Amino acid sequence: MDLRMQEKAMMTSRSTQSQSFLTSRVGPALLLAIALAAVTGCGKKTAPINPASTAPTVTAPVPAPTASLTADPLAIDLGGSVVLNWRTTDSTSVAIDGIGPVNVNGTQTVSPSSSTNFHLVAKGDGGTVEANVRVTVRVPVAPTVPVEAANSNTSADMGSEEVFHQNVPDMYFDYDSASLRPDGEAAAVKAASYLVAHPDIRIVIGGYCDDRGSAEYNLALGENRANAAKTALVNAGVAPARIRVVSYGKEKQFCTDETEACWQQNRRAQFSLDR
Amino acid sequence: MVLFAPSAGGGQDTIFTGTNSGASTVRIAVADFKVLGSDPQSAALRSTFDATLYADLATAGIFDIVSKSLMPPGTPGTPSEIQLPNYANAPASAAFVGFGSLNVTGGKLIVNGYLFDAKNLQYPQILAKQYSDEPSEDSARQIAHQFADEIILRLGGGTPGIAETKIYYSQASGGNKEIYVMDYDGADGHAITHLGTISISPRVSPDNTRVAFASLGKNGFQIRMWSLVLGRMVNFNSFGDLNQSPAWSPDGRELAYSSTRSGTPSIWISDSNGTLARRVTSFKGGDVSPVYNPRTGAQMAFISGRTGLPQLYTMNSDGSGVQPMTDGGYVSSPSWSPNGQVLAFAWDRKYGPGAPGGQDIYVMEVATHKWQQLTHDGGRCDFPSWSPDGRHIVYANSSDGRANHTRIWTMLADGTQQRPLTGPGADMPNWSWK
Repeated sequence: MDLRMQEKAMMTSRSTQSQSFLTSRVGPALLLAIALAAVTGCGKKTAPINPASTAPTVTAPVPAPTASLTADPLAIDLGGSVVLNWRTTDSTSVAIDGIGPVNVNGTQTVSPSSSTNFHLVAKGDGGTVEANVRVTVRVPVAPTVPVEAANSNTSADMGSEEVFHQNVPDMYFDYDSASLRPDGEAAAVKAASYLVAHPDIRIVIGGYCDDRGSAEYNLALGENRANAAKTALVNAGVAPARIRVVSYGKEKQFCTDETEACWQQNRRAQFSLDR
Repeated sequence: MVLFAPSAGGGQDTIFTGTNSGASTVRIAVADFKVLGSDPQSAALRSTFDATLYADLATAGIFDIVSKSLMPPGTPGTPSEIQLPNYANAPASAAFVGFGSLNVTGGKLIVNGYLFDAKNLQYPQILAKQYSDEPSEDSARQIAHQFADEIILRLGGGTPGIAETKIYYSQASGGNKEIYVMDYDGADGHAITHLGTISISPRVSPDNTRVAFASLGKNGFQIRMWSLVLGRMVNFNSFGDLNQSPAWSPDGRELAYSSTRSGTPSIWISDSNGTLARRVTSFKGGDVSPVYNPRTGAQMAFISGRTGLPQLYTMNSDGSGVQPMTDGGYVSSPSWSPNGQVLAFAWDRKYGPGAPGGQDIYVMEVATHKWQQLTHDGGRCDFPSWSPDGRHIVYANSSDGRANHTRIWTMLADGTQQRPLTGPGADMPNWSWK
């Protein structure tokens, strides 16, 4: 309610000084509107005037109406609002498509859901004039579905498991260490380039440890390993929001022999698709 | 920074663990209980009762129990039937005698138990108790536990017995692990959770109403809470990828645990619902396995990898005054003794690739840092947990080091009387507070 009253007050105060406003403020939209008004106004005005019939009662010719329509801002995000502001002179009725009849001068806040051409028609004794303004609405673009994904019925937009594992290999760690080895750094570069090229893929990094040592400390160590892998990917340009981290500690083993070869298998950061 | 006055055992060669506190070992005889009445169940219930009572007293750590072969003949059921000199004299040479009767009548199991001073012929009676319960194997065992605790309370320097306490643990089954509970002697082990995932590190609350543990979900291991009163899960809020290794404060109001909500695994403390969480450690490398000093609640021990391999540290519960307790090997799973003076933990002092190190249970006196090894050459040991009387330590042992061969064992706190309580697959024991 308050807002509407304010709006009205603003309207009246502005209509009194509309003349000076028109002359002093020259925006691109305004120039266009004036030009439009001039063209259409001339065409309509010339037709009804008969020099012979009007000659005896020469008064000031009825001026053609002018109209301007501006929007601020001209572009919004979806859900945002925009203020329409229109000024007319010598008009008797003004209407905006989609809004209906409006005052001759005024403002209105609108919230279009898609890009819209606001079209104002002002009618006066001197003719009819139009004004336009286009409000662009930026709608978030839905991720485009690749062709092969559209053809399959599952969430195959992440690509196949085999291709994923070829390009995003698991990383292995030294004993009691959560630092990436040189082979891990190389794997991270390869994985990051694949993930950057396939932005629809979300991944889970599982942190694993060999079965020596304490269960609880190994959970922390697995977490640190998975986070080291995540950090390497993030530094290489993969958005952190695409990566989830789960530490399995020594609770899930890839093999159970008490040999260094087997322990090495178990000390890893494993990548999988987060479907 | 020294938090404790030198303990009474400071001058001894070995650490004063409390095993022999209050009373020197007393010699006690327990006669087989006499069956009254003619109910056919009585004989079976009596043998369960006798075996349980004998085991409770034999493992209590404060008795020298007269072996069955040295006992005088006969089963005295009442004070009028007992011949005390037969027990006081050699070969029994008992200072005290426990005896009584057992009867199934009117659908009830009635047990009368007596404890007599064998050397005091004029006023020998120390204890006379009557118990009544459903006639079942389970109640026969529970009555024996209650009677044993009465005897231990009177002859053990006033420290309550532990025969009615429970041990919570994690039991592997079919790729998953569930939280189980058993009696302190290994009887009646059964599952309390059926979550179908990997649940580890159970810790029972000091008032025996809730069990906190860590459970693997979609977002990794998180702290979860089981209500023993309601028989279902109750809420616990956690944030971050990993929340694990919970520990109850002795007043039961707070829970300390390892959380990654700030990035690196650190010790956090929240209330028992997971709210009002605050961080108390902040070091790179990972801090896990906190445990409160149960005597004061004002200190905590924990494991940290801040210098490389995980070591044992203590600190004040607000995170100040961090003190390293060990400086080598690989340390895990601290447990703080009920009297606040001793830490038990697992330690592999020669840990490393190819090293022939063994992971064993150690105890360390907090004030002096003097340590003692309790297990030797028995395979991989972990997760020591003190009994509430401070006389026992329960722990996990795998004789060949394989995780699926892990059993729960118990021993006296001086390392003697080691024996298994469970079959394979049981791990991470946690002894109830009372």
